[in-house]
Amino acid sequence: MTGPAGPPRRKDPTRRTRLPVTPPGNRSREAHGLAAMAAAGRFALQCCRRCGHVHYPPRQLCERCLDGELEWRDVADGGRVLAQTTVRHANDLYFRERLPWKLGLVGSDAGPSIVAHLAEGCERGHRVRLALHLDRAGNAVVAASPERDASRDDPRLREMVFDPRGRRVLVVDGTTGLGRHLVEAFLASGAREVFAGFSRPWNRSPDLAALRGRDRVSVYPLDVTDTDAVEKLAALIGDKVEILINNSSHVRMGGALDRLDFNITRQEMEIHYHGLLRLAGYFGPVMRARGADGPYGAVAWVNLFSAWSLVNNPELGTYSASQAAALSLSHCMRAELAAGGVRVVNVFTGPLDDEWHQLVPPPKLDPATVAIRVVRGLERGLEDIAVGAVAEEITHRLAENPKEIERSIRL
Amino acid sequence: MDSRTGEAGILARLLEGILSGRIRIVDLTVTLDQRTPTIVLPPELGQTWPFRIEEISRYDRRGPATYWNNFSCGEHTGTHFDAPVHWISGRDLPDNTTDTIPPVKFVAAAAVIDCSRDALADPDYLLTVDRVEAWEEIHGRIPPRSWLLMRTDWSLRTDPEAFLNMGDEGANTPGPHPDLIPWLISKRDVIGFGSEAVGTDAGQAPHFPIPFPCHHHMHGNNRFGLPGLCNLDQLPPHGTLLITAPLKIRQGSGSPLRALALVEEQADD
Repeated sequence: MTGPAGPPRRKDPTRRTRLPVTPPGNRSREAHGLAAMAAAGRFALQCCRRCGHVHYPPRQLCERCLDGELEWRDVADGGRVLAQTTVRHANDLYFRERLPWKLGLVGSDAGPSIVAHLAEGCERGHRVRLALHLDRAGNAVVAASPERDASRDDPRLREMVFDPRGRRVLVVDGTTGLGRHLVEAFLASGAREVFAGFSRPWNRSPDLAALRGRDRVSVYPLDVTDTDAVEKLAALIGDKVEILINNSSHVRMGGALDRLDFNITRQEMEIHYHGLLRLAGYFGPVMRARGADGPYGAVAWVNLFSAWSLVNNPELGTYSASQAAALSLSHCMRAELAAGGVRVVNVFTGPLDDEWHQLVPPPKLDPATVAIRVVRGLERGLEDIAVGAVAEEITHRLAENPKEIERSIRL
Repeated sequence: MDSRTGEAGILARLLEGILSGRIRIVDLTVTLDQRTPTIVLPPELGQTWPFRIEEISRYDRRGPATYWNNFSCGEHTGTHFDAPVHWISGRDLPDNTTDTIPPVKFVAAAAVIDCSRDALADPDYLLTVDRVEAWEEIHGRIPPRSWLLMRTDWSLRTDPEAFLNMGDEGANTPGPHPDLIPWLISKRDVIGFGSEAVGTDAGQAPHFPIPFPCHHHMHGNNRFGLPGLCNLDQLPPHGTLLITAPLKIRQGSGSPLRALALVEEQADD
């Protein structure tokens, strides 16, 4: 579990914690199109529908034919370094702390020449692989890494991903099938420690029994409907959590008209919406303050949402609505945590193969697959992760025609 | 003061007894907090809300001079009162809800039978008719219109996991034998049955021939339940006066309550 910056060390209490600063943030409206591509891990650039010209940086009109119809298309991610420089002085606080910083001009295979952050080993004339990343401020940047033997340990690239190696991870509910797999996936990825919450100690969960006594794992009572419990756990471990995984979930079938039961809907909101809010209120501030706390500082807040948070499935109508409420709250948290360079990652899944989706026809997701995809997504620095065929299809169809999917969606 | 005789009235003497310490008040109520266990049912069924509390203000910008909270919970949370309407067998009886039960029924005597050793040896211990008759041989007959309180010391299990004591065939907690409840009603005319576990029935009661017999028979005969009690070890076998007034919830099936016991101290002669 030794990370790129050496093994994680215990904090020196005599040192002032470094305050988080973020890279410069202003972008044009068009440039935020890059953020959407980076969030999903795509290398896509603006292409002219009429003449096919590929653009970088983003713009309103085609620079060749002045047509206004530019669309985002996945393009070849290869390139060659045309020129490079090393920045040794910067007035911007973020870069000043991280000097020297390598920048270069890369002639991309897709067409345009692109100013990119250069990883170690990218020299003039070398072939490189380009990727869109979100920086600590959440804005899209282009980074180039060597075409072969790229290292995950590069300090500049690590600024743009959420590598769990050497970090301490809180899995809010470690006793569900998915929670258990998340714990295992983070252990396998080299997390320093995993804190696993459990909400109902009397439930005799075999998963809880398995977690107890596991190396690098500690379990804590945590019921997100209980303000006091969230506050107490935050007081205990809040200043150690560098990645928080909110996987609490309460799946019940039913819509608005044919199942009038406010106990169920209140529980959905208590767990999905207020639960997230409680976690945000007690764990968020200290995570935001620790965004620059050494090489393993706080880095990401991950929400596991249903894909029905994006479009309401009437068979799970109130469940979908409570998920949508939580999704909206996550956008608020994203803006608030950005000040600390801590990023909010939303994972969208279709139905899981668990006890609450027994009668749902396949495709259903193996919780182990979801856990692996969460960890891989963090390692790549993704912001929106759609896992599985159902979630992927929903995100595609929503982008194409939200009215179509609204009318035809069913399990 | 009786205006004709000049003697102190009953209430004045009662108050004097309480203030002088000759009558002891025992609080049979557990403290309500977020960890207060509630009954565990299959997750697809309707669920009771656990006790939850949110601060409104605490002498701060939300209310500079005021500390107060909002709380929520199910009617059957912590030390609580079961009204007859709680069970389907008592649904059509008169005056069967918390707002219609005559208040006189909230004051009654109590007999306390100590089953703490039995429950320690066997968490599924069931209190039988034979056992109650043997107890009566020593302590005397249960008077009509009394509560029968089953002391198990279960309330000493402050850890919710140990208190609920769930196994893979349900809860393992002590309670009355299925035959005891009809006997208590027909032969002893009790007003209700009280216990220390999460419900008046035993943990395995869902599997009895008539499931939840204490609920079924007691409420079917317009009598009450009083689960979640504590401090029963401070009560004598006979001679306790119970005050058990639930909240006056319209059409309420029960409510958390402050269960108070009045116990007369034995004279030191």
